[in-house]
Amino acid sequence: MLITTTKGEMDDSLLEKKEGSVDNNIESTNWVEYWLDGELVHRSAHVTLKTTPLMAGVAESII
Amino acid sequence: MANTQSMCTSFLGQLMTGTHNFGVAPIRASTAADTFKAALYLTSATLNASTTIYSATGEVTGTGYTAGGVTVTNATAPIATNSSVTAGVGYWTPSASIVYTTVTLTTSFNTMLLYNSTQGNKAVSVHTFGAQTITAGTFTLTMPTNSTTAALLRLSTT
Repeated sequence: MLITTTKGEMDDSLLEKKEGSVDNNIESTNWVEYWLDGELVHRSAHVTLKTTPLMAGVAESII
Repeated sequence: MANTQSMCTSFLGQLMTGTHNFGVAPIRASTAADTFKAALYLTSATLNASTTIYSATGEVTGTGYTAGGVTVTNATAPIATNSSVTAGVGYWTPSASIVYTTVTLTTSFNTMLLYNSTQGNKAVSVHTFGAQTITAGTFTLTMPTNSTTAALLRLSTT
């Protein structure tokens, strides 16, 4: 599979792949890195948002 | 029968479509939905509830990223749902993930500002996540479920 890198399109067989993830109450995130001879040449991340600000409204009593 | 003091849930949804005007509002050119954009900000920036407008100050810079960010897909109108005689939620979520394709953003960022590019770039909301960098890659922000409890924007009465 061809990967877009800082050195152009490269076959992933030539690269070292590293992956990671974070899952908490705010987000679920996955990232992938490709390294060439100790140099980071590609990093992508996918963040899925879980929580967002909630805005409250009130109809106040008039008495 | 009985009367119950409450904010009308329909009002919550209509706030998101500019139906009501209690003050001075901009003159709209059409009834179409505004264009909303999403910009990314560095971890060193200071965006919060006091942010009023899009600014390039603190925004990420890098190959493939255009200042101002990307346009948000908006194919689903705001929804208003009653949960009881006194409570309800008006809510809206972009209808697709927000994607920054083939970018290099080497300085750590952790924030997305949603703003209205049709109405003078006025700010809508600030969303934070774990710090990221991108190298010749794609950054994808997938939206939460468009529901009363998880939508990206929720106006609620309780």
